[in-house]
Amino acid sequence: MSEKETKVNRRDFVVTASYAVGAVGVAGVVWPLVDQMNPDASVKALASTEVDISSVEPGKSITVLWRGKPVFIKRRTQEEIDKARSVDINELKHPEKDEDRAANPEWLVMLGICTHLGCVPLNDKGDYDGWFCPCHGSHYDTSGRIRKGPAPTNMEVPKYEFINSKTIKIG
Amino acid sequence: MSDHDYTPSSKFGKWFNDRLPLLTLGKHLTDYPTPKNLNYWWTFGGILTFCLITQIITGLVLAMHYIAHADLAFASVEHIMRDVNYGWLLRYVHANGASMFFLAVYIHIFRSLFYGSYKSPREIIWILGIIIYVLMMAAAFMGYVLPWGQMSFWGATVITNLFSAIPFVGESVVTWLWGGYSVDNPTLTRFFALHYLIPFLILGLVVLHIWALHVPGNNNPIGIDLQKPSKDTVPFHPYIVVKDLFALLLFMIVFAFFVFYSPNILGHADNYIEADPLVTPTHIVPEWYLLPFYAILRSVPDKLMGVIAMFAAIGVLAILPWLDTSKIRSAVFRPLYRQFYWILVLDVLILGYVGAMPAEGLYLLVARVATAYYFAHFLIILPLLGKKERTLPLPLSLTEPVLGGSVAMSAAKHKSEKNNL
Repeated sequence: MSEKETKVNRRDFVVTASYAVGAVGVAGVVWPLVDQMNPDASVKALASTEVDISSVEPGKSITVLWRGKPVFIKRRTQEEIDKARSVDINELKHPEKDEDRAANPEWLVMLGICTHLGCVPLNDKGDYDGWFCPCHGSHYDTSGRIRKGPAPTNMEVPKYEFINSKTIKIG
Repeated sequence: MSDHDYTPSSKFGKWFNDRLPLLTLGKHLTDYPTPKNLNYWWTFGGILTFCLITQIITGLVLAMHYIAHADLAFASVEHIMRDVNYGWLLRYVHANGASMFFLAVYIHIFRSLFYGSYKSPREIIWILGIIIYVLMMAAAFMGYVLPWGQMSFWGATVITNLFSAIPFVGESVVTWLWGGYSVDNPTLTRFFALHYLIPFLILGLVVLHIWALHVPGNNNPIGIDLQKPSKDTVPFHPYIVVKDLFALLLFMIVFAFFVFYSPNILGHADNYIEADPLVTPTHIVPEWYLLPFYAILRSVPDKLMGVIAMFAAIGVLAILPWLDTSKIRSAVFRPLYRQFYWILVLDVLILGYVGAMPAEGLYLLVARVATAYYFAHFLIILPLLGKKERTLPLPLSLTEPVLGGSVAMSAAKHKSEKNNL
């Protein structure tokens, strides 16, 4: 008798198949409801921006908006470049060479967003003469690398290129 | 429940009740046997119901004037304050109402902690309460974003960025929450939609919370199981209704004080500056009711661990009924627990204070010690205390301590009550 009970019959198959089809159907309906919250076409369309940098003096920086986020464009002095390049890479929390962060050493371009919880760090502040985030006390050096505080990584360098000597295209 | 066989007196009532037993429900709610020794700490359930309804009504009318758009939201809030008839009153009641809601819910939660109301057989009531509390925090956070001031914007940025700590998918999750690459208009419109939804979810959970309460009945300051109904109980109406209303009146005086005399004292001046994605305020602080958790978040030097600790601080409450191993509910009969209880109250107040201070130096040290103690209280002290503590003897009924424990006197009183009737 028990053998007969445990044997998969036609009805069990129909029930399982119905559940499976139902689950696929539910997933198909749920996905549009979830995905509508992702960035829409108009947001994605603003993906790149061009910036005129001819008026930036050495030692100064400008902040521009790209995808709703601040981007720091800093024209570094020789002293700041030397400082960033002389650091022993092994003592960094997030080891990155300054050469990799700023291909053209005079210009440092990075997202002005603290990698801890997204505040905008302040320029020329902190223990390493770079940036200091007032929210939770992260200190960044003249290459935007995290040196002290809760932030896990260096400030992010976005994709950018020099269109000519006066213009940078971000994104 | 004894009132299942209730029959309405009127013919129409009977006809209606046979089809939808609302009158039976009404009868159950009025007759509901309530311990007669409930003190004023038990009035906060009613006060919280008032708070929820106040928020829903004021929120509904504010939504008739508010515009959920990044370019218009800030101005529309000022429009409410200056142009809309009584707009200032409605907005101040709604904004301060959130603070009053949290004030009441913290008293409600700490009453539960003192009298052991979360213990068997009331675990589900407690867990529903914790879910309501989490939803309240979500609603309050999203509501604070809507005026689109500096604190709104940067509070939203910091809190949504908590999710970026999730390994691997964190960044995608945050982009999904924002609907873009930063907090912007899509974020504002969805927060408004959710801010409107959550109070109704809370309302549904409150119904379940009260339903679950009405199965075992109220705990009481002595914490012993009672016969219900018996001479230890009184009907909910009029006894508890009147007591709740009196307490509500006192609570409304406090409420009115904030609304009319210092409507902005619980907020931040920075939120009267319109949101600017290029400038972070020098000192970001959440609203006062979130400060203890904010202190826990900042006290951990690692980003992911800090976020985990913050959520764990709430999660540990959900499993509290199984962490507290003591069978005795009320702290009245737990001399050691009573002391640890007050240390916990102090600890949470300290966390709240350092949460409002910059995370450096002595404040950071204090925050770390207080965070460690918070978790130690729930994860180490409570499980051990239940096994080691020598509790005081429990009375057999509520009348016993009043009458000196004499069974004869208790019986005599019972008899005289009968005679009086």
